[in-house]
Amino acid sequence: MGEVIVITSGKGGVGKTTTAANLGTGLSLLGKKVVLVDTDIGLRNLDVVMGLENRIVYDLVDAVEGTCRLKQALIKDKRFDGLYLLPAAQTRDKNSITPEQMVKLCEDLSEEYDYIIIDCPAGIEQGFKNAIAGADRAVVITTPEVSAVRDADRIIGLLEANEIKNPALIVNRVRPDMVKKGDMMSIEDIIDILAIQLVGVVPDDENIIISTNRGEPAVSENKSMAGQAYRNITRRILGEDVPFMDLAGQGNFIAKVKKLFGFRSA
Amino acid sequence: MLQQLFSKLGRRRSSKDVAKERLKLVLIHDRANVSPQFLEMVKGEIIKVIRNYMEIDEEALDIQLTKTVSEEGEGIVPALIANIPIKSVKSSGRSL
Ligand SMILES: Nc1ncnc2c1ncn2[C@@H]1O[C@H](COP(=O)(O)OP(=O)(O)OP(=O)(O)O)[C@@H](O)[C@H]1O
Ligand SMILES: [Mg+2]
Repeated sequence: MGEVIVITSGKGGVGKTTTAANLGTGLSLLGKKVVLVDTDIGLRNLDVVMGLENRIVYDLVDAVEGTCRLKQALIKDKRFDGLYLLPAAQTRDKNSITPEQMVKLCEDLSEEYDYIIIDCPAGIEQGFKNAIAGADRAVVITTPEVSAVRDADRIIGLLEANEIKNPALIVNRVRPDMVKKGDMMSIEDIIDILAIQLVGVVPDDENIIISTNRGEPAVSENKSMAGQAYRNITRRILGEDVPFMDLAGQGNFIAKVKKLFGFRSA
Repeated sequence: MLQQLFSKLGRRRSSKDVAKERLKLVLIHDRANVSPQFLEMVKGEIIKVIRNYMEIDEEALDIQLTKTVSEEGEGIVPALIANIPIKSVKSSGRSL
């Protein structure tokens, strides 16, 4: 029996699709059989982030409505053994499928796959309800900004109300330089507010844009910080205890300087 | 550079502390409002306690989550404001 993990956030553009692509690819690189499901109907993007956009014939709605068999809608990623994508429909809307249909789909997929990674659309409407319907676990993405953290809090509440307990948090697009200057909330600040378990910290990294340009998830190459961050996240999702990367020190720079100058740190 | 450093050490609070404080405040409201039962639960508990000491007009009891200026002048803080009309104080109150 596979495990269904939904990647969600509330706020748009914080890195759900990027995370789904990298986590799914990361899991397949560790030998797991994985299917990525794009539930952002009407605004599909996981296909382009994965570089699989030219191979789409059928989509999620086709599979759910029975226009094709489920197997026919799954795109096999030839670069990564055991990795498949179920793309969203582009010309339909979020009401084309129901939560019940998603539950059934997730059940069917869990018979074949170790991990079913669901890329959730932004918002808390129908698309969100569909995306979480069949999920066993949730990963909540935020960035270190007031609006993103606020929306994450709302999502955590909704997940709990829907019996998806203990969601895990990824803080994306962290800029250590700004954290040091006191111009960005630190990981500790965010955990303090949201009070959920942290599963990863991803730096703001231009390599994400470069790898998205190419349609090759950052997790699959060794050069970037973000890639390393996603490899760590993948292993933590598998239950390994992986130490958190030092993003050039979340350390308290100002406090050190104050000490140096003989000020008492407040 | 040095000037920048000193302005940091000076009175201006870092923007992340401002962010954190604003978030905490807004979330108190979000969390209470998301669950309509929340205030009802608080109300129920308050009535239970007060009932031991005085007779109150339970229908007219009004409780609200609002904001107020903090006494230390540290800015806005969340506040729970309850308006509880008292009908009579129980006689046991006298002997205390
Ligand atoms: N760690 C990062 N560093 C730099 N850029 C990033 C990072 N994470 C995401 N991005 C960029 O931010 C943009 C939004 O990311 P993404 O599409 O993954 O977000 P999303 O949450 O899926 O958005 P939507 O809500 O629209 O579905 C993309 O252009 C992506 O390349
Ligand atoms: Mg997306």
